[in-house]
Amino acid sequence: MIIQTILFLVFAGLAVAGAVSLILQRHPIHCALSLIVVMVSLAGLYLLLGAEFVAAVQIIVYAGAIMVLFVFVIMLLNAGEEERTNLSRLARAAGVPLALALTAVLGVIITKAVRVGAAKPLLPTATRNLALLLFKDYVFPFELTSFLILVAILGAVVLAQRER
Amino acid sequence: MNTLVAGFPLLAVTVVKVVVLLFVVLTALAYLTWFERKVVAHIQTRWGPYRVGPHGLLQPLADGLKFLFKEDPAPAGAERFVYYLAPFLAMTLALTTFAVIPFGPQDMRIFGQRTPLGITDLNIGLLILFAITSLGVYGVALAGWSSNSKYPLLGGLRSSAQMFSYELALTLSVVGVLLMAGSFRLREIIEAQQGRLWGVLPRWNIIASPFPQVLGFLCYFVAAVAETNRAPFDLPEAESELVAGFHTEYASFKFAMFFMGEYANMITVSCLAAIMFFGGWISPFPPTQAWAWTAFLPAALLAALGLYLFFDGLRYETLLGRTVLPLLGAALGALAAFLALHPGANAFIQGPFWFLLKVLLFLFFYVWARGTLPRLRYDQLMAIGWKLLLPLSLANVLLTSLLLAWKQK
Repeated sequence: MIIQTILFLVFAGLAVAGAVSLILQRHPIHCALSLIVVMVSLAGLYLLLGAEFVAAVQIIVYAGAIMVLFVFVIMLLNAGEEERTNLSRLARAAGVPLALALTAVLGVIITKAVRVGAAKPLLPTATRNLALLLFKDYVFPFELTSFLILVAILGAVVLAQRER
Repeated sequence: MNTLVAGFPLLAVTVVKVVVLLFVVLTALAYLTWFERKVVAHIQTRWGPYRVGPHGLLQPLADGLKFLFKEDPAPAGAERFVYYLAPFLAMTLALTTFAVIPFGPQDMRIFGQRTPLGITDLNIGLLILFAITSLGVYGVALAGWSSNSKYPLLGGLRSSAQMFSYELALTLSVVGVLLMAGSFRLREIIEAQQGRLWGVLPRWNIIASPFPQVLGFLCYFVAAVAETNRAPFDLPEAESELVAGFHTEYASFKFAMFFMGEYANMITVSCLAAIMFFGGWISPFPPTQAWAWTAFLPAALLAALGLYLFFDGLRYETLLGRTVLPLLGAALGALAAFLALHPGANAFIQGPFWFLLKVLLFLFFYVWARGTLPRLRYDQLMAIGWKLLLPLSLANVLLTSLLLAWKQK
């Protein structure tokens, strides 16, 4: 149990540190690397929750495929360091209060959840259960999502070929 | 120390296993370079490394020392942090994959604890393996980008494109095996291949019913060679066009780390090929009384090797060779005698012996391919990945699942 708590603190700390660094870094590649740190530590948290399949898929899909494309594009564009600008007036007027409000709401929800002490795993643990849920109970939304992604891919191809 | 072992027995056992495995794997990596240079040399009718130690056996040691003592310059304008991070990523990720590979069926005892042969046995072993290898591309891509140099950048771009193109075919090609085993656990995948076809042939996935995974294996192996950036798919470091590709600007031990990562990946991929398609540690001979003599094959092989080393060593040119080689041969002979006389040790060694023999065979195929096949052109490489391997592995998934469903009805 102690080991699990330590691991949770490590992964949670890494995730938060990665997210903060993602915003503060000025170089696109460093931002992308920070995002990878966030994703891998999230996978660690999933593992601690007992959702091994989700953890592995998180790494394979997000850290191993999508972020590789991000890095690839950044390398191709040879994007340099960004300049730091002052916050726009709208961001200062609306953004800061909204961010505070969001933090407050999240904090209230989390403290409530902790008070209830509902530590039961929400995710189906075994890969087989997950597959049954995806391909039996929720097959229609699942297929719909893949259809949406297909539309996005077709759109990308059409946009890329417009110049011919 | 003793209280620590008592307090965290699992942790202590795991640390011991990790240290031992790291030592074995790193030594194996070093001698894999020797093996490769020797085999390629003999393919090209040369002798290969011969000067450092008898038969060049100390060459890996000399190489390692040289890597350690070389100057370690970084190119001007390199992105320092990423430049230093990349080789670490390449090597640690490659070495991490060994954590999930099982080496034998029996348990062993450390500190009085029964523990499987292999560091851990995860129920998503295969997925974790693919997850870690899918991160391996960062080492190469970031190295190419951060060197601030044109050839590394081109090499890095090529290899990222190549690695995620072939990762698709690699992952799809093992789905057939997963369907037949019904598990991601590598141990269960091997155990599902037990039994015999017509009482003789081993029921390995490569020839098992309902659908022999020949297609899956071919796709897997070609994709794996491409995924590990090895010849004939070593476009990322094509020396005739890109100097050395992504690691052009790396010297000294950072270069050695890329090298170790590449060779570690070769071993992992060969281990997976043996586990998924060739029955892992399962012997090719049936476990009947008539074939009981095959249990002494490891001992016989060791004895033959020992005898050869002994008599070859006596006639060796140098004094060092004339002393070391016969001693080595005698040691191997003693090991063989121990195995032949000690039934318990002989039974324990069977699984790891067949497993390592298969892995060695695949490593030989790697080197053989490098020694014989010319490098592909980049568009040919992409065409093979997307237009040949991907459809073939998809067809393999479809056929396997259809036949499995038909069989279950």
